[in-house]
Amino acid sequence: MTLQQRIKDVMTSNLMLEVTADEIADDAPLFGPGGIGLDSVDALQLVVAIEKNFGLKIGDQGQAKEILQSVNTIAAAIEAKP
Amino acid sequence: MSSPAARSILITGANGVLGSAMAETFLKREPESLLFLGVRSHRERVDALMAQHPGRVIPLALEITSAEAWTSAVQEIEARGLPFAVLVNNAGFHDDALLATMTADQWGNVIAGNLNSVFLGCQAAVNSMMRNRFGRIVNIASLSALHGPAGQTNYAAAKAGVLGLTQSLAKETARMGITVNAVAPAHIEGALPAGWGEERIKAARMQTPMRRFARPEEIAAAVFFLASADASYITGATLKMDGGLV
Repeated sequence: MTLQQRIKDVMTSNLMLEVTADEIADDAPLFGPGGIGLDSVDALQLVVAIEKNFGLKIGDQGQAKEILQSVNTIAAAIEAKP
Repeated sequence: MSSPAARSILITGANGVLGSAMAETFLKREPESLLFLGVRSHRERVDALMAQHPGRVIPLALEITSAEAWTSAVQEIEARGLPFAVLVNNAGFHDDALLATMTADQWGNVIAGNLNSVFLGCQAAVNSMMRNRFGRIVNIASLSALHGPAGQTNYAAAKAGVLGLTQSLAKETARMGITVNAVAPAHIEGALPAGWGEERIKAARMQTPMRRFARPEEIAAAVFFLASADASYITGATLKMDGGLV
C-alpha cells in the first residue's frame, strides 16, 4: 500500500468523510471549494491523526496550512521528517 | 447505564459540597476508575474520601487560573496510565456587589475563577481527549447565568460565558467523540450563599415550585449521566436543575 493510500485511509476513518479513500485524488485540495471540503475541525483532527499514525508533529498553524494542502503534500512532509 | 470500565476522572472544586458529592457518586458507580480531585486550601472532605477509597482518590493542588498548573495536572493524570476521559469543571466562587460599586478586582477575579479557568481546563483536557477520541466534559454553571440576579453581574456574566463556551466547544469536538455539556443548578442544600438568614432561606424555598433546594447527590447523578457513555448523543446542552423555578 502506498503512503498516499495509507493517508487516505487515516483520513476516511478519522474524519467520518462522505467519500471513500478511492474517491480522493492525490492532488485534490483538502479545503475550500472544488476539493474534499474539509473544515477547521477536520484540520485539527487530521493533525492529531497524522501525529498518531505517522509520527509527524505539526507544530503551528503556518506549518499546518503548508502541509495540509493535499494528500501529496502530507506524504511529502511525512517522507521529509527526520 | 454503562460506562467505560477504567478511566481517569478529574473534578475541580472537589472539597465543596457539590464537588465531594460528585466524587462519591463516581467512586460508587465506577469502581475501576481513578478520581483526581482538584483542591485549593481546604481538603478535609477529599481526605475523608481518600481514607474510604484507598488508592482510588488522588488529590491535585490545582490552581485553576494557571495554564501551567493545568498542563501539569493533565501530565500527572496521563502518567497513571488510564485514559483521561472525564473533566468536571466545578470550581468557582462568587463575590457579589452591585455593579455601581463593584471593584475592578471583584469583576476580574470572578471572571478569572469561573470562566477563564473553564477555558484553561477545557483546553488542557481536549488536547488529551482528542488522542483517545473519547471524552466527557461537564461544566458546572449556575441558574444565575440564565436569571442574572441583581448583585451578580460578574458571576452571571462568567457563568453565561461558560454556557457559550460549552456550546461552541461542543461543535468543535462533536466528531471526536468528546461531548461538552453544562449543568445549571439553582440553590443546593448545604451550599447556600454565606450570609443568608433563616428568612431569606425560607423565601427562596417558597419561590421554588418543589419547595426545596437541590440535594447535592441529585446534581451529581445528572453529572454522572452526562459523563457516561449512555449520554453519547447529548452535547452542547445546558441542563437546568432548579426544582421547576423558571
